[in-house]
Amino acid sequence: MTTTRRNVMAGAAAGGAALGGLPWRSARAQAANTIRIGVLNDMSGPYRDISGPYGLECTRQAVQEFGNRGFNVEIINADHQNRPDVGVNIARQWYDQGVDMIIDVPTSSVGLAVANIAREKNKVCVNTGSATSDLTGPACTPNTVHWMYDTYMLAKSTGGAMVRAGGDSWFFITADYAFGHALERDTANFVRNAGGRVVGQVRYPFPATSDFSSFLVQAQASRAKVIGMANAGADTINTVKQAAEFGITRRGVKLAALLMFLPDVHALGLQTAQGLILTESFYWDLNDRTRAISERLRPRLRDVRPNMASIANYSGALHYLKAIADMGVAASKASGAEVVARMKAIPCDDDAFGAGSIRADGRKLCPSYLFEVKAPSESRGPYDYYKLLQTTPANEAFRPMNEGNCPLVRA
Amino acid sequence: MAGHSMTSTAAPVGPQQHIFGFTKAQFVALCVMFVALIVAPFFLYPVFLMKLLCFALFACAFNLLIGYVGLTSFGHAAYFGMGGYIAAHSAKVWGLTPEISILIGALLAGVQGAIFGWVAIRRQGIYFAMITLALAQMIYFFCLQAPFTGGEDGIQAVPRGNLFGVISLANDMTMYWFVAAVFVICFLLIHRIVHSPFGQVLKAIRENEPRTTSLGYRTDDYKLVAFILSATVAGVAGGTKSLVFGIATLTDVHWSMSGEVLLMTLVGGLGTVFGPMIGAAVIVAMQNYLAEMGAWVTVIQGFIFIACVLAFRRGIVGEIANLLRVRL
Repeated sequence: MTTTRRNVMAGAAAGGAALGGLPWRSARAQAANTIRIGVLNDMSGPYRDISGPYGLECTRQAVQEFGNRGFNVEIINADHQNRPDVGVNIARQWYDQGVDMIIDVPTSSVGLAVANIAREKNKVCVNTGSATSDLTGPACTPNTVHWMYDTYMLAKSTGGAMVRAGGDSWFFITADYAFGHALERDTANFVRNAGGRVVGQVRYPFPATSDFSSFLVQAQASRAKVIGMANAGADTINTVKQAAEFGITRRGVKLAALLMFLPDVHALGLQTAQGLILTESFYWDLNDRTRAISERLRPRLRDVRPNMASIANYSGALHYLKAIADMGVAASKASGAEVVARMKAIPCDDDAFGAGSIRADGRKLCPSYLFEVKAPSESRGPYDYYKLLQTTPANEAFRPMNEGNCPLVRA
Repeated sequence: MAGHSMTSTAAPVGPQQHIFGFTKAQFVALCVMFVALIVAPFFLYPVFLMKLLCFALFACAFNLLIGYVGLTSFGHAAYFGMGGYIAAHSAKVWGLTPEISILIGALLAGVQGAIFGWVAIRRQGIYFAMITLALAQMIYFFCLQAPFTGGEDGIQAVPRGNLFGVISLANDMTMYWFVAAVFVICFLLIHRIVHSPFGQVLKAIRENEPRTTSLGYRTDDYKLVAFILSATVAGVAGGTKSLVFGIATLTDVHWSMSGEVLLMTLVGGLGTVFGPMIGAAVIVAMQNYLAEMGAWVTVIQGFIFIACVLAFRRGIVGEIANLLRVRL
């Protein structure tokens, strides 16, 4: 017994040193002049294809393009396995052992928890992966910037802009839990505000539903022009596939996904996904600058094109490093809140999202685009998938600051 | 099961060799455990160690049921997660002190265990496992929908608070000593339960239930009490964990958590005193230290499980005990 315990403890310690400890311990000598960025995301689960290894590569690209401006930048990464306890454990350990900024952090429960730790330790968190609008609402902190999409922005673009594009009667297929309800409620409000009608909705048990046929038939019978899918992940994929089998989109009904990304469309294939309506803040073929950055990323991402979540890591890390260069390494290590204040003070500009800014509540502003997925005949090849329908300008895309209940704004 | 073969091969131990109810080998192991508990935070990251201790306690609670009564519950996440939610809610919304919050969480987990146990112990084997799983899934869906749990966001920013209203637990080291104390108390409590006359009856039920009944014991009552005790200690583990991390989320009530605790217990050694702890250490260390390897974490976990089942069926501690011909 004595020997086992020792062996196990020694083994755990040795494993830890070999896998986690060594790279930083060797670097500790030059720690004073090194900024450490931790990419904490999902490398093995449902969000892997949206960011995961691609988000990590985009962060590396930002560091490479930033170059050496008097300080070194190190990147480490870990897989939080979508488990809040694993994520919290890693985030605490990172911050305690000299990581200055954590980026990415998909999954709302993990994102909110890491934002709290960043505040507690006075470090920086740039969240590019969570969808919860609470990050710039009741849970906003002076140490966190929410860089990319949230549920409000997705609902506003897909709901409001879609009505303007002609889809004025809606039917919702909603996952019966808090996230689904919120998404349906927000989207329905935007539909009504833009002059559209909600003709019906159906709520299905989550997460135990895989057969959506009866809900799709109900939606079709309602004669709505748009079927809104207030769900995410595998549920959305299943709904889209089954809608394709029923030929719903071929009859002119639009299917609107509220949380979907370019890799999902790639996985579904155009034959199934054609006609799908969705919102992203980035598309590689949008303009010359987005094409340029996508081309520069090609050696890193190989055959994959970036989507708004993965490339937000590039944009967020680049802006963070600009703020560091602006205020100096020593001052930025002293206070994470000061770094975030500087990030809010200086204007953002990069090839991925163009010119932009960060609001007092920690919300990065950028336009959102309503896309329609092309038919196979319209596409010139892999990743030539989107047609731009509508653009919501940056100052209208997100929830107004006074409606978010962020304590930083009221104070 | 594995526990059966282990007890049959273990060396007979006379009463004169016992120290506080521990055999000599167990006592040595206990001393090593205490030394490790004291020394470890100076070498390893305290938050990681706290997590390890919470899961070790959870696995010990589970082992009380599967290892000593032979009841395979497949729904222990319900008590672990519910203990966590209730403790987090008490600490955050009602502003109670950490020890009271954990006790409330444990109490509710115990009540839940009493109700679920009362239903489940009427059946044996696979039916028992399925009933516990079904009831735990009900709890999962309850937590998914109930407003106080915060749905998929969970209960966030739970304060660690002040122990007895006096000692601040905000510092990781202070929190570690608190968690270590909770662990040691519950560990010794489980040991006391297992080695009491009550525990002897539990083991008798595991070995041969009809014979125990024929000796005049109401086995259902014994099983129910064991179930409640196990659920309560699982609630303590869950409550402590939610205070350590400051969050209570759906992960802890999900069925995969019930599977994980089973895996920990199997890897460590079913029906051994120290097995669940070692099993928890192995699994938690893998989740933590292999996090940089991305998708390989689950693959490696799978290989270790296969290796365990094929090569050392008694679990790590069970095999070593067998090798040294002692009971651990």
